[in-house]
Amino acid sequence: MKQARLSIAMSHIPHRLEVQNIRIGYSEKIILDQLSFQVPHGARVAVVGPNGAGKSTLFKALVGLLPLQQGQILIHGEQLGSHQDCVAYVPQREEVDWRFPVTVHDVVMMGRFAQMGWLKRASAYDREAVQKSLSQMGIADLADQSIGQLSGGQQQRAFLARAIAQEPHILLMDEPFTGVDITTQEVTLRLLDHLQSQEVTAMVSTHDLNLAGSRFDLVLLLNHRLIAFGTPQEVFVKENLAQAFGNSLLVMENGMMLVDECCPPDEEHHHHHHTEVK
Amino acid sequence: MNWLLEPLTYEFMQRGLLASVIVGVLCAVMGTYVVLRGMAFLGDAIAHAILPGVAIAYILNGDLLVGAGVAAVVVALSIGLFTKEGTIKEDTAIGILFAAALSLGVALISTMQTYAVDLSHILFGNVLGVSTMDIWLIGGLSVVILLIVALLYKPFLVISFDPVLAATLRLPAELLRNLMLVLLALTVVVSLQTVGVSLAAAMLVTPAATAYLLTRRLLPMMLVSALIGALSSVIGLYVSYYFNIVSGSAIVLTATSMFLFAFSWNRLKRS
Repeated sequence: MKQARLSIAMSHIPHRLEVQNIRIGYSEKIILDQLSFQVPHGARVAVVGPNGAGKSTLFKALVGLLPLQQGQILIHGEQLGSHQDCVAYVPQREEVDWRFPVTVHDVVMMGRFAQMGWLKRASAYDREAVQKSLSQMGIADLADQSIGQLSGGQQQRAFLARAIAQEPHILLMDEPFTGVDITTQEVTLRLLDHLQSQEVTAMVSTHDLNLAGSRFDLVLLLNHRLIAFGTPQEVFVKENLAQAFGNSLLVMENGMMLVDECCPPDEEHHHHHHTEVK
Repeated sequence: MNWLLEPLTYEFMQRGLLASVIVGVLCAVMGTYVVLRGMAFLGDAIAHAILPGVAIAYILNGDLLVGAGVAAVVVALSIGLFTKEGTIKEDTAIGILFAAALSLGVALISTMQTYAVDLSHILFGNVLGVSTMDIWLIGGLSVVILLIVALLYKPFLVISFDPVLAATLRLPAELLRNLMLVLLALTVVVSLQTVGVSLAAAMLVTPAATAYLLTRRLLPMMLVSALIGALSSVIGLYVSYYFNIVSGSAIVLTATSMFLFAFSWNRLKRS
């Protein structure tokens, strides 16, 4: 049923997010090439692929942090950058300076800065939005704590709260299920369902293929290029996985498939260890 | 009470005190970003890079502050240029420019007749030689810099804490970073007269690092840092007056004592 509803949505409503044949690289190294896909209203998309496949790179490009060597990204049919703040991004935990002197409340309030105006004070609406996001993530009681004093899961929830406070149309989360406690994982998954009801598009990179297959509407399988994009049933077939994971994939005689991912997910820092696209 | 008031009977002491406090506060506030963004080495480099500008202004009989200002902005922006698109790492670029500018400055100054005195004034400051005109210049420039820092509090906070958020909120991060470099350069220029180029970096880093140990949020950190900067300047100048120590050193050592005090307190509280 869900599939049917989505395909109807795909044909009638303008796409929230449209990636057209993009190529991204650092100096001479190409990380992503010939990548095209379209994400409809409020879809939950899992972005999967081996380490170094370019998942973080894709997200950085979607927020406008990396220049495109080719192609374009359209949001609501318009070029990236011509909108104000309709994309929110939850970074990987390694990307944040946890010793910076800010409280949880400060971090979440930053999500409101663009809407409140860079030179203006927070309005009652801004403060309410912050409060609501904090409560939704179950960290209202931690509002006055320094961000550095929290546990890893709590820190992630603080950044999720900030993303919600931004009231985005598209939410990007980079590895939110890696190295966090069960509560945070559950809160994150519940948030994904809630966002879908609000018609917010969510793209989540993950190594957890079970979650990708069970809790998402669409799966984007990447390995420098697009391997497959569609419902989990369409994407998670032997040919696609073999193409994405190469020798890390073992197909057993009884139909069971194993994927071995050796390295921790700091993919973009170690991409030189992996095979490059020629 | 008399010992407090006696130095103030001299006009040069009044001017010196005023200049030191202004510089103390300004350095301390800009220093907050220097500490949080890890720009201490950059601050030091800019301070030394000012030297050739000052020397040229001196030889041409021009205004030292103007010469320093031009040199500082040129160096700050060339560091940006050298490191653009990752051609050379930032600390390498800083190291090269820092040494080159310092050498050029010393070379220029060594051609002067009153070499030793002038060099020591430029390197370590001459707070008691501050003129009324200097006060106006220092004060005016400081007000402008502090005003910009106050107005851009939120953008500077975001680009310092989370560059990715800055991108999603569509902030012109590159422009803001360069503006911050220019403000830092101007701050160093302003502090030239009181603590000199070799100690300016200390006034940028030490009060802010002390405040970092005592506070948990950016705005309180800035305010505490400013207070420490002002206090160090006042206490340092009195120490300089009564013990006949070079004023720049006295101010920096006072700030260092406060840092050590805060550091010990922080350690004790944790254990």
